[in-house]
Amino acid sequence: MGLETLFGHSYLTTRLDEAVNWARKYSFFNYPFVTACCGMEFMSTFASTYDISRFGAEYPRFSPRQADVLFVVGTVNEKLAPVLKRVYDQMCEPKWVVSFGVCATSGGFYDNYATVQGVDRIIPVDIYIPGCPPRPEAVLDALIKLQEKVSKESVLDRKYR
Amino acid sequence: MTSYLLETLKTRFPAAVLETHAFRGDETAVVKKEAWKEVAAYLKDELGFDLLLDLTAADYLPREPRFELVCHFYSTKHNYRLRLKCPVPAGDASADTLTGLWPGADWFEREAWDMFGITFAGHPDLRRLLMYDGFEGHPLRKDYPLKKRQPRLPHRD
Repeated sequence: MGLETLFGHSYLTTRLDEAVNWARKYSFFNYPFVTACCGMEFMSTFASTYDISRFGAEYPRFSPRQADVLFVVGTVNEKLAPVLKRVYDQMCEPKWVVSFGVCATSGGFYDNYATVQGVDRIIPVDIYIPGCPPRPEAVLDALIKLQEKVSKESVLDRKYR
Repeated sequence: MTSYLLETLKTRFPAAVLETHAFRGDETAVVKKEAWKEVAAYLKDELGFDLLLDLTAADYLPREPRFELVCHFYSTKHNYRLRLKCPVPAGDASADTLTGLWPGADWFEREAWDMFGITFAGHPDLRRLLMYDGFEGHPLRKDYPLKKRQPRLPHRD
């Protein structure tokens, strides 16, 4: 079919990091931790117009043990913070966290007694998406940035953080 | 324009009704705290207010009496609405429960306790409704510190 037929039953050498990261970054299983209106834009990103499956990340897993990327979508309040922490702790390494929208990132305009002022006070965050809510293009951009980040990692990096 | 409902209340409870007013058909009666339950029972049993729409509170710090309970009633039979208020002093922030009259008052009163710290005598289960166990204070009071946080988890860094 393609160029690869010229090589026959041959071998290919590469760095382990490159091969593993290539597989990881195109097969994110994500856990949607959806609490607020940002969820509508998140769903839109999954639907056919924006089609997140073009980036290999279309498969939401509602079990944290099967998920690679935790999407924190929407406002997290202090009452919910232990739940979020628990979901994060249940995820297996390697795992990444995307803070989706301004509420998850900084609390947004909910600067009050109830709201966590950014989920990075609870769990480590890899990528932040601004917007209230973010457009689907911004979500896809964040996903590409996460792929770039993953491709630069070493398989030895992923220890307990 | 005289209001049938407000005139009836004033005639029936001349000592308890502190004030009445109406604006474009929205009728309000302010009653003494001691008569809160009695007036509410009269509204339900005699005037046909079978639905409790809302019960909440307001904090008018530094005014005294500081708090005010606000209740909205509706009569599905007559298509009447009425707002009932009662001032509650800070020193004795409590009132009689309305749960015996309208079971729907249960969670409203729990919310008023949670947010404003107003207790309801006779309430069957007066726990916090919105905030978590271990939360101290009542966050919608005007003297609750604006920036005060009570995290359940230690924050990172």
